[in-house]
Amino acid sequence: MKKIGRKRFRGGLGQLTIPIIAIAILAVFNLIRDPGFFEIGIAHNSDGNAVLSGNIISIINGASELAILAIGMTLVTAACGGQDISVGAAAAIAGSVFVKVLKSVPTVNGGTVLFAFVFACVVAMLFGAFNGILVAVFRIQPMIATLILYTCGRSIAYWINGGATPTIASPILSAIGGFIPGIPLPTPVIIVVAMAILFKLLFHFTSLELFTQSVGINGAAARLNGINPTLIKLLSFVLLGVCVSVSGCIGVSRLGLINHETLLLDIEMDTILAVAIGGNSLGGGRFKIGGSILGAYVIQTLTITLYAMKVSSTNVKAYKAVVIVLLVVMGSPVVKKRFSSFITRLSENRRKGLAKGAEE
Amino acid sequence: MKKIFKRKEPLTDTQLLMTITIVIFFLMYLLAMLLLGGGFLRAQQIFDMLNDNASLIIVSCGLTIVMIGGGIDISVGAVTSLVVMSCAIYLNKGGNIFLSVLLAVGIGLAFGLVQGFLISYLEIQPFIVTLAGMFFARGMTTILSVDPQKVTHKGFLKLHSNKEIKIRWLGHRVPNGNIIPAEMEIGVIVALAVVILVFLLLKYGRLGRNFYAMGGNQQSALMLGINVKRTRFLSYVICGLLSGISGYVFLLHTAAGNATNAAGMEMNAIASSIIGGTLLTGGVGNVIGTFFGTLSLTTIKKIVVSSGLNDPWWQSITTGGMLCFFILLQSVVLGRRSKKKKTT
Repeated sequence: MKKIGRKRFRGGLGQLTIPIIAIAILAVFNLIRDPGFFEIGIAHNSDGNAVLSGNIISIINGASELAILAIGMTLVTAACGGQDISVGAAAAIAGSVFVKVLKSVPTVNGGTVLFAFVFACVVAMLFGAFNGILVAVFRIQPMIATLILYTCGRSIAYWINGGATPTIASPILSAIGGFIPGIPLPTPVIIVVAMAILFKLLFHFTSLELFTQSVGINGAAARLNGINPTLIKLLSFVLLGVCVSVSGCIGVSRLGLINHETLLLDIEMDTILAVAIGGNSLGGGRFKIGGSILGAYVIQTLTITLYAMKVSSTNVKAYKAVVIVLLVVMGSPVVKKRFSSFITRLSENRRKGLAKGAEE
Repeated sequence: MKKIFKRKEPLTDTQLLMTITIVIFFLMYLLAMLLLGGGFLRAQQIFDMLNDNASLIIVSCGLTIVMIGGGIDISVGAVTSLVVMSCAIYLNKGGNIFLSVLLAVGIGLAFGLVQGFLISYLEIQPFIVTLAGMFFARGMTTILSVDPQKVTHKGFLKLHSNKEIKIRWLGHRVPNGNIIPAEMEIGVIVALAVVILVFLLLKYGRLGRNFYAMGGNQQSALMLGINVKRTRFLSYVICGLLSGISGYVFLLHTAAGNATNAAGMEMNAIASSIIGGTLLTGGVGNVIGTFFGTLSLTTIKKIVVSSGLNDPWWQSITTGGMLCFFILLQSVVLGRRSKKKKTT
């Protein structure tokens, strides 16, 4: 009985071991390097509001887009056993649509922003459905199917705004991308929490989680059990479309302009990395959304740490790669097996030694 | 007589997909010749396409091997860029040409060895390992130098300026009666040699057959007594080696190192392999198809430019459209075949 309990505990934490260890190591490293790294202060921004500031805040704020995308990517990965590499390009499209709608309405107020967001959301969901149909109906590998949108997505974004990079200034947008007056937490962080809760509720009130996992583990078996794998796969891409449009709109609101070339550039790779660091198998099946969100924060912590060490932004990638390799080597099944057999051998030796000592 | 024309066995998936690609390439080129004329009627057009894409062809060959084995390598473009940059800097510091070739091959091999080891012996997902490899190579390139490095090494520049082989009989006549010979770079010969070597390896080599077996079904490959781990390891090593060679060919073409060299090359290489009929799931593919895939990709870009659609976004939209067409076509064709197989 005790054994089962222990095993279950191990299984429960197992997936989250790597991201938690990674965050812990990074935290200790930063504390040794600079004891004041984690200090949180209160600063006054340009509008005169009291807001929290500090490295922790910039980490959780900066990782917002990544965390939101990681939620959707986890679903796609789990259902289809492949990844969507077009999220950056799709976010650029969603952002462009968002700005285009806001530019064409007479005044920018709460209602029009909401309308523009919903419009961007629908467009992103349509592009998600396009990817989803290629994957689910035509049975094309997700990476290949999304390569199409990856190739031409940013060009479509360019075309939407006629090649310009229009700026759009409004207190509402700066509230979405920065701080709402009176609330010291950055708004993107609140949006991440809201998205996480939304997905948690979705999983709680529907069987989506179970269905997604069973489709990911064995699509044919899931079909025989009355689950429609095509629909589930399509749905996962559409939900990713929602995540894409949310993060695209946050990205636009942060800067107050849309630059189709640089908005969320290379984020697809970071997103897939976040999913993998979160302990989810990239081959589909079981998943934990929480792991992916943690993975996103690991990546951002790493980036901010490197920036704090005065590594230039173009060189960050090389150091990041080394840490990533160390992390995945730690999480590799072979290394884990070797390590655990080493531990058991050690403890066996000790037991033998104890037994010998007792005999003597 | 009938016996000669009758095939003993039906086309395999690999052959079918390759044939489709080659036929579509020739149709596309023929249409361009008929409708657009101009540059497309000259042999130089084909040589231009080859000259500009020699390194892409080499990289795509390596990637095709990895994809046939059921893996993926997205670090190839970044490794190429790193090789270009480090060779340029080494040559500028007064290095020797022979050693610079060794350096290029060495960097490629090192990436292949490390990534192959991590993927096959530590069983880490290839996407993540090669993603890290890509980050590392891109980061190292900018650490080496953010500014463009023009090669000033005299011996290399001599090689660079004599890199073109002139073929007189394929040249075209200009209005004043002179013949401008067609020009082909040395890099193209290297690329063609790589294509032929890889083709022979995949077709007749034991290792090549093992790649197909491993990509088709890993379990049965294991049952057949194939050392799957070593085979997978070797596929990444070969891919890394080819990225190194491709970097040197790139340097020979441009004679300058730049941090943004070969940007997006990995995706172009994946696209060429897919258009050439290689499946990401493994077990199906051919380098001859990949070669024509690269050419198709370039032809469509050339067609877009010569139709007067000069905006850069037209190119990527048409590329995306073509990719979509090929992917759907392959999916439909393979789907019908597997259905037919089931019913008979």
